Amino acid sequence: MAGGQRQKFDNPVVEWVDSRLPVFTLMQKEYGVFPTPRNFNYFWNFGAIAMFMLVTMIVTGITLAMQYTSSTSMAFDSVERIMRDVNYGWLIRYIHMNGASFFFIAVYIHIFRGMYYGSYKQPRELLWILGVVIFLLMMATAFMGYVLPWGQMSYWGATVITNLFSAVPVVGDDIVTLLWGGFSVDDATLKRFFALHYLLPFVIFAVVFLHVWALHVTGSNNPTGVEPKGKQDTLPFHPYYTMKDTFGLIVFVIIYAAFVFFMPNALGHPDNYIPADPLVTPAHIVPEWYFLPFYAILRAITFDLGIPFTEVVLIEAKLGGVIAMFGAIVLLLIMPWLDTHPVRSARYRPWYKKTLLVFVFGVVVLGYAGSQPADKVYWQTCIGSEAACEATDAHHGAADATGHHDVAEKAPTVLKFDNTMLAQLFTIYYYAFFLVILPLLSRKEQALPIPKSIHEAVLAKSKAKETK
Amino acid sequence: MKNSILSILAIACAMLGSVQTVSAAGDVAKPKQMDWSFSGPFGTYDKAALQRGFLVFKSVCASCHSLDKIAFRNLEALGYEEAQIKTLAAEYTVTDGPNDEGEMFDRPARPSDYFPNPYPNKAAAKYANNGAYPPDLSLMTKARKDGANYVYSLLTGYKDAPEHVHLMNGQYYNPYMAGGVIAMPAPLSDGQVGYEDGTATTVDQYAKDVVHFLNWAAEPELEARKRMGVKVLIFLSIFALVMYGVKRKIWHDVH
Repeated sequence: MAGGQRQKFDNPVVEWVDSRLPVFTLMQKEYGVFPTPRNFNYFWNFGAIAMFMLVTMIVTGITLAMQYTSSTSMAFDSVERIMRDVNYGWLIRYIHMNGASFFFIAVYIHIFRGMYYGSYKQPRELLWILGVVIFLLMMATAFMGYVLPWGQMSYWGATVITNLFSAVPVVGDDIVTLLWGGFSVDDATLKRFFALHYLLPFVIFAVVFLHVWALHVTGSNNPTGVEPKGKQDTLPFHPYYTMKDTFGLIVFVIIYAAFVFFMPNALGHPDNYIPADPLVTPAHIVPEWYFLPFYAILRAITFDLGIPFTEVVLIEAKLGGVIAMFGAIVLLLIMPWLDTHPVRSARYRPWYKKTLLVFVFGVVVLGYAGSQPADKVYWQTCIGSEAACEATDAHHGAADATGHHDVAEKAPTVLKFDNTMLAQLFTIYYYAFFLVILPLLSRKEQALPIPKSIHEAVLAKSKAKETK
Repeated sequence: MKNSILSILAIACAMLGSVQTVSAAGDVAKPKQMDWSFSGPFGTYDKAALQRGFLVFKSVCASCHSLDKIAFRNLEALGYEEAQIKTLAAEYTVTDGPNDEGEMFDRPARPSDYFPNPYPNKAAAKYANNGAYPPDLSLMTKARKDGANYVYSLLTGYKDAPEHVHLMNGQYYNPYMAGGVIAMPAPLSDGQVGYEDGTATTVDQYAKDVVHFLNWAAEPELEARKRMGVKVLIFLSIFALVMYGVKRKIWHDVH
């Protein structure tokens, strides 16, 4: 950029600025003529869409912060005041509230795109890691944002999640006290969550900047996973992708707007319209939908881990759950080193493709499991005499407080499949996918022939279209 | 490896050993699905129903339930004139002050005042209602799943308790309430509130009207929101079509 190379601009004002601070040259280079693979599909829109959502969240968030009050006695009412008395307050709040969900939708699709087409692979490992860092920061921000309206789910969600840290050995309780700013979720907690909820999006913005910077060093991956080899493989970013991204963005915003205007509370929990009450625990405490798969993994660890056949407990169930949940994200971080297969795109990796799609299915099932009560029974059968089974059933139904039942001779065996087991099953697959399947496929999988270049792949595709 | 063996063992143990109780709260009746004028993308409130619902709220619900988020001035949305609202507000007494002498004093409510709470505080409300707290109704239809249908079903769903449900003094049976037991006695009865517009004075009609009113109280912005939503979607759809055309034109030579 420095010296000599800069092209002159015709507009004298632009030229005056650019010769002193070459921002126009920079934009021209990075977003004007930037060589971009010509074969992107619509999955490649979601980076831009996520960026749009981040800006939307920051703009609406700052506007809301002008009216919001972060004290426990006024938070709920101040949100209602925004909804009722502030001009277009309902609009801004619903955009922000649903924006969180749509930000996560965009980012989840963006992450899936990266996994499916091998965008995490060499040389884009750092780009990928920065992405996972953004994801983590988003989760922290969204969690704290959900606490701010100070409804029942805000309060109890905050209580459950902050309490997780007490599972950390030795310093756990101190961490929790630090998070709370006291000895329970209270005014100090809400105030620091608000401060951090305002801060973190700007940290996200900074990491996004690094993410985009790293992207512009390596260049984009593409559906074939083959690096561009020359001019015939790329197109200038503008106007080709600026216009394609805008079209995709508008379609995304149509769906987003449909939620904002016609079903603004469909993705939230009705309990959050009940003011927080530390004395009344909701029947089922559930986090926002985008956390559900991780919540299911957390709850799947219902057993202590220890040395078999002894009483020694190494990891208690609670800590095990926390480790499993955070581990699920750590696995994403180290994914570039778990999958070392030379071929990037799942298009040419039949086994990777199948196991990855099962993985996605598994995450969706985990999400469902996270939304259901842990003891929900999907299937159950009773082995034993009819009388004994009936007695067990009656015992279940009545839930008598005495805990006493008269099945003296032979207790029947009840086989069942409940929600916890469903979550355990797919938690195992989640971990196995990263720790067993990926390393195994890296060594064993025979890839289909990959095209020599993007150009060749595009030509073959359009030829196939013509012959049809 | 060791972990996975352990977890399999643990699953097996859970399968064989545990006797878990199916939660009693599971058997809640699904709310009756009603056809509300305010549902759907073009939904609007029916002002006559809102006014009738307000009447029911005022003469029945308001004796125990508060409506904190609604001020008298908000009732303009129900189609009342300013003068009517002034008269209406004046029926209520609110405590104001302190005055120049440092005394709190009672005065008739003004349109800018919020609906007064029937009880001075939560403890008083509980004490007067057998230990149960009558919740604020401003957000009720948003604070329950399928809120409008739920409140309607609850109000019209009182029944004699089935044999296995034992009610204590001050408890009533309602299959739409989680757990089936509710502390509120059936609040509505036929002919309880007089309507001036000739609408049937039945429990069913009262319930419909008061739900209409409560839904407005929870979502006063609903009409403006949906009206704007239709415009926004039309605009975005046209924008999307234009952008699709632009995109195709630009990409024409590439494909």
